Amino acid sequence: MAEETQAAGPLPVVDFLKIPESGDPYLEGHRCKNCGAMFLGERETCAKCSARGEMEAVKLSNEGELYSFSIVYRSFPGIDTPYVSAIVDLEGGGTVKGNLVDIEPDPKNIQFGMPVEVVYRDALGRKDKDGNSYLSYFFKPRS
Amino acid sequence: MSDVYILGVDMIKFGRFPEKSVAELGAEAAQMALADAGVSIQDIEGLWCGNLMQASNMVGQQVLQQIGQTGIPVVNCANACATGATAFRDAWLSVKAGIYDLVLAVGVEQMGKGLLGGVGGRKGIPKEGLLGSATMPAVFAEAGMEHARKYGTTFEQFAKVSVKNHHHSTLNPKAMYQIETPLETVMNAEMISYPNTKLMCSVNVDGAAAAVIASEKKAKELGMGRAVRVKASVMTSDPFTERDLVMPDVNTCTRMAAKNAFEMAGVGPEDIDLVELHDCFATAEILHYENLGLCGDGEAGRLIDDGDVALGGKTPVNVSGGLLSKGHPLGATGIANIYEVSTHLRGEADKRQVEGAKLGMTHVIGLGSACAIHILEKV
Repeated sequence: MAEETQAAGPLPVVDFLKIPESGDPYLEGHRCKNCGAMFLGERETCAKCSARGEMEAVKLSNEGELYSFSIVYRSFPGIDTPYVSAIVDLEGGGTVKGNLVDIEPDPKNIQFGMPVEVVYRDALGRKDKDGNSYLSYFFKPRS
Repeated sequence: MSDVYILGVDMIKFGRFPEKSVAELGAEAAQMALADAGVSIQDIEGLWCGNLMQASNMVGQQVLQQIGQTGIPVVNCANACATGATAFRDAWLSVKAGIYDLVLAVGVEQMGKGLLGGVGGRKGIPKEGLLGSATMPAVFAEAGMEHARKYGTTFEQFAKVSVKNHHHSTLNPKAMYQIETPLETVMNAEMISYPNTKLMCSVNVDGAAAAVIASEKKAKELGMGRAVRVKASVMTSDPFTERDLVMPDVNTCTRMAAKNAFEMAGVGPEDIDLVELHDCFATAEILHYENLGLCGDGEAGRLIDDGDVALGGKTPVNVSGGLLSKGHPLGATGIANIYEVSTHLRGEADKRQVEGAKLGMTHVIGLGSACAIHILEKV
């Protein structure tokens, strides 16, 4: 039932966002023990070296740096703009895409390599058809 | 193995034809290519038909229902924006393998206006604008900004690509648009996804193109006068790279394909007289100058600044007007590029003719990813 799900708290926006019963949410990667390639989400086989059954779950860092970005002014109908679509390399491995927030979306304010922090917030008020809320991840500038 | 030739190739003028069906557009291009080769569909031994949006509708068979149901094998191909080139290449493969002597490749697409795709997801909530952007202008903007990060490429340099390709299209009556767009106009157009303005995004149009492909034996029999030799036909998919899962890597698969194509053709980038490459967005074209070996890494900005890639320059790129102004009907694009290069090799490109063109290259990328490169030679 929708009410029961809501009472249990928000759902993760993607499978690789983990919400432990106690403790803070985090992003989870899967690293190949054979070749070191990092993936988001669970998998059986490594897409780099094809090793099977060599994946280990790792907690990804909440600190990283901006690798690339775009500022989106026109999107699909119903999506508010502008927003900064950011590619972030996390410390210790893993590359994640998300919104860069808490910054004026202007190219002048955004520098390649700028340090960012992964923060966990409600998914802009978006709910699914059952009325469930979601927890999402965002990047914000880190000083 | 003997060489394989293009005997006939043509495209319809790209535009918007809501009153026509996909099959009608494809049939029109097929008839034009057959006429160009001086043959009939009754002579054709197999059809490869590229179409993306209606991939489950047996478009190739529908084309034959328009122009002649001869019972030949038909293969319907879908490979994102590499769809047309995939149809051409697999038709070529059948001749190269010695199975057939005369086959037809058709690429056709009917498109809506606006952004491709939508916010629909399989489960949960829409991720667009929440986890960044999956819109094509943004994806290719991010790829361009990676180049800006490495080499300092500027918004203005990306915009110059669009100025050039729109200028080229004023010389191509088959392009969707024939309109000059000065630098200020490009840079001041509506910003879609920084640094891509509206004029730096390819145009969604309806279109069709087709090619008749022949064995050497058949080409000699029918006459080699205007034949074009296929020197190389290469495809790659995206190999694993570090950020490919969140940031589609259009560079590595293009570099692999270019290397293989030059090896197959026994030539180098310095031998190529003109290139039609996948300028789905202005940012993408800059990347491919380097990926295709037209210049060294980090030199693409200089190439566009110096005019080396404009008509009259060292290696003109997208003299057709490119996807930016000729238009980008997904399934037709790969064969339309082959039409453009073939037309120059035949010396029939009129006002936009690249003088003395002997070798040309076509390149497309289907995101997800598929890269196809063809090197064509004047006979």
